[in-house]
Amino acid sequence: MEKTINVTLKVWRQNGPKEKGRFETYKVNKVSTDSSFLEMIDMLNEQLINENKEPVVFDHDCREGICGMCSLYINGHPHGPDEDVTTCQLHMRKFKDGQTITIEPWRSAAFPVIKDLMVDRRAFDKIIAAGGYISINTGGIPDANAIAIPKVDADEAMDSASCIGCGACVAACKNGSAMLFVSAKVSQLALLPQGRIEGARRAKAMVAKMDELGFGNCTNTGACEVECPKSISLSNIARLNREFLSAKFQD
Amino acid sequence: MSKINARIPEGPLAQKWTNYKDHQKLVNPSNKRKLDVIVIGTGLAGASAAASLGEMGFNVKSFCIQDSPRRAHSIAAQGGINAAKNYPNDGDSVFRLFYDTIKGGDYRARESNVYRLAEVSNSIIDQCVAQGVPFAREYGGLLDNRSFGGAQVSRTFYAKGQTGQQLLLGAYQALMRQVNLGSVTMHTRTELVDIVIVDGKARGIIARDLVTGELQRHFGHAVVLATGGYGNTFFLSTNAMGSNGSAAIKAYHKGAMFANPCYAQIHPTCIPVHGENQSKLTLMSESLRNDGRIWVPKKKEDSEAIRAGKLKPTQIAEEDRDYYLERRYPAFGNLVPRDVASRAAKERCDAGFGVGSGLAVYLDFKSAIDRLGEATIKARYGNLFQMYEKIVDENPYKTPMMIYPAIHYTMGGIWVDYELQTNITGLFCCGEANFSDHGANRLGASALMQGLADGYFVLPYTIQNYLADDISTKRMTTNEPEFIEAEKSVKDRFAKLMSIKGTRSVDSLHKELGLVMWDFVGMGRNKEGLKIAIEKIAAIKKEFWSNVRIPGDVVGMNVELEKASRLADFLEIGDLMARDGLNREESCGGHFREEYQTPEGEALRQDDKFAYVSCWEYKGKDVEPELHKEELVYENVKMVQRNYK
Repeated sequence: MEKTINVTLKVWRQNGPKEKGRFETYKVNKVSTDSSFLEMIDMLNEQLINENKEPVVFDHDCREGICGMCSLYINGHPHGPDEDVTTCQLHMRKFKDGQTITIEPWRSAAFPVIKDLMVDRRAFDKIIAAGGYISINTGGIPDANAIAIPKVDADEAMDSASCIGCGACVAACKNGSAMLFVSAKVSQLALLPQGRIEGARRAKAMVAKMDELGFGNCTNTGACEVECPKSISLSNIARLNREFLSAKFQD
Repeated sequence: MSKINARIPEGPLAQKWTNYKDHQKLVNPSNKRKLDVIVIGTGLAGASAAASLGEMGFNVKSFCIQDSPRRAHSIAAQGGINAAKNYPNDGDSVFRLFYDTIKGGDYRARESNVYRLAEVSNSIIDQCVAQGVPFAREYGGLLDNRSFGGAQVSRTFYAKGQTGQQLLLGAYQALMRQVNLGSVTMHTRTELVDIVIVDGKARGIIARDLVTGELQRHFGHAVVLATGGYGNTFFLSTNAMGSNGSAAIKAYHKGAMFANPCYAQIHPTCIPVHGENQSKLTLMSESLRNDGRIWVPKKKEDSEAIRAGKLKPTQIAEEDRDYYLERRYPAFGNLVPRDVASRAAKERCDAGFGVGSGLAVYLDFKSAIDRLGEATIKARYGNLFQMYEKIVDENPYKTPMMIYPAIHYTMGGIWVDYELQTNITGLFCCGEANFSDHGANRLGASALMQGLADGYFVLPYTIQNYLADDISTKRMTTNEPEFIEAEKSVKDRFAKLMSIKGTRSVDSLHKELGLVMWDFVGMGRNKEGLKIAIEKIAAIKKEFWSNVRIPGDVVGMNVELEKASRLADFLEIGDLMARDGLNREESCGGHFREEYQTPEGEALRQDDKFAYVSCWEYKGKDVEPELHKEELVYENVKMVQRNYK
């Protein structure tokens, strides 16, 4: 049988990056506990449109936890209270009838608010552009099985590569550091023989870009790992530090 | 002369692509940087095309509607990517992959394109491994393969249940490398709203900055559409919320043919609908059918008891379970192609054997867990099981998953020739957005293959054959009358949408369209129903243009306006799908006309009448489109009824 709950929302509304924001309070009733959190916001927006008001702007796309587009800081947690999920996979059964839910955007100097709950995360693209790849062109490539890669290394690279680039790590960090994001990409590529070749160059370029874009320093609080919807491990940061130091020694 | 010319190269099938490349025109390096190419969309096809063209030295302008090119919905593909490597030594070959794809598409795809797809498939795997895509490996360090529907060999490469993500990130990283090198300019949160035609050639686009609402003019010597499919016409689908068919409709309005719009794939393994506020459907990868067995109770009373909550699936004895796919299709069993599996599920549920809400069947892993152990199943599908549990709140290691078919992929799309060029000169189309390779039904793990084949290895060649004649065309200023005119018509359209000020939200109208599509243009179609669909869609269209409510302003960010503009286009696509389905009096692949089936309920083609690609030409607002035909000629395979028994 379908179970429904009523919730009160305190939602951050902000017209633009330079405008002053504020919390607005809304009530949404008869929310099925099988609904996802974003479906609940869809209900709120339908309500607002019917009242001829502007709906709440938020980022979302795939709604299956993989594109990394959805965000939201819910009751003090990036992607809300459930573990190992993005906001789109958070379901209303995790909330109680009558509960008040506070919804804010990611807050970080490097991710300015565009409108309401939507932020600009292009800084992540800039970090990848600085070196988050293997420098090869299309074509003229040896057979895929020409290099054997130990299964443990490939599996570990896959774990690091699971990062969806949502920015929850930055939002969770009191310093606004992007170390978990950067280290996941550095680790994935450093673990594979194809990526080792330019490992030093990559680590230096990505870290330099991260610093330039206004992300904070890592002080090893571990909040990023706890809040990461894809359980990206802190060991990636340790590997990045090793890569970075050895790159510096080579200079 | 016919407007349809596929321009298939001469020569034997296996030599066509080599011959083409040997004789095509090329652009020399110093001229490449003088040529601008616009690429719309950054999924597998768009990102790989933009990156490859940038590497070659062209000046590329890449556009996406998301906040980053890494988000496109290719990222959600779970199961894998096919290639004819034959690493498992199980008898695979380029010809066999070609043959399986043609057969899987129910003999409605173009032979030459499909053969080329199979031919370049192996290079894709090489390319992705070199990029650092962490494909699954064996303990010996070499690549692992698994099997997918519609094939008797294991030719699918995979990266856990996140193959699309890893391939897209590979293409995205290649793209960002070109952004860093200056060969690609990236425009995020920017949507194509019109295509500009100058002297009969595609020469640019009008785009809308989704943050500011400003309209922009962009010139390109050629324009490439890689904007994905139009499954969201159904409102509920496995597509991302932003996936849309608007670029295709803009091209169609400018004269590009829309081919086979009725070919939509209904994926058999999706999580069933939970209620009316559902916003999208979540796919459970087809790879699960390697180890999961699909069943419903044999006795109707058991199904009824389960639906009433009085019985649990685990309480149904083995002999009281109907593994209907294994029963009906012993040779392929649970690995029959998607269209066959979907219809079989619908058949059982319509007959009253469904579980859950009645519109669900079981996908059971018990025998696989007993045989292989929970750890092995977890290693293979862990992330999918976790996703299922988060959504449904049930543990699939302990109780069978519930699944039901949902709209997933559209085989139809913009018509292209062998060069992936539309019938508008200079306008190209690749990936899911075009119609070319999957016929009436796509096999699992072939979408990723096609997107990357088009983007890495086909388009970067064929587009040069066009651009080589364009090296002396100067860059336009975008102040030409064609650009001004196109921008004005877009401005007028948005102003009109904003002026309606009605009472219905965009979503409420979209849901209404979705229900009509699902009921009449879904898994089972018939003449009467399709006629009803056309009438109902026209009524929703009228309601939309007279009563939609879009709060806010045309200036600045306005998500409802974006959605309204896309819904206006979905309404046209829905109409085209119904018309095409009505015209095609046969059953083939994803298109099942109830009047045309074998006594066993299998799809019955009418090869003497319908062995053609339906190409629809736009004839003006509220005027019926005109049908053109590309006859399909099969010289290398014999058309037979598909048999998976």
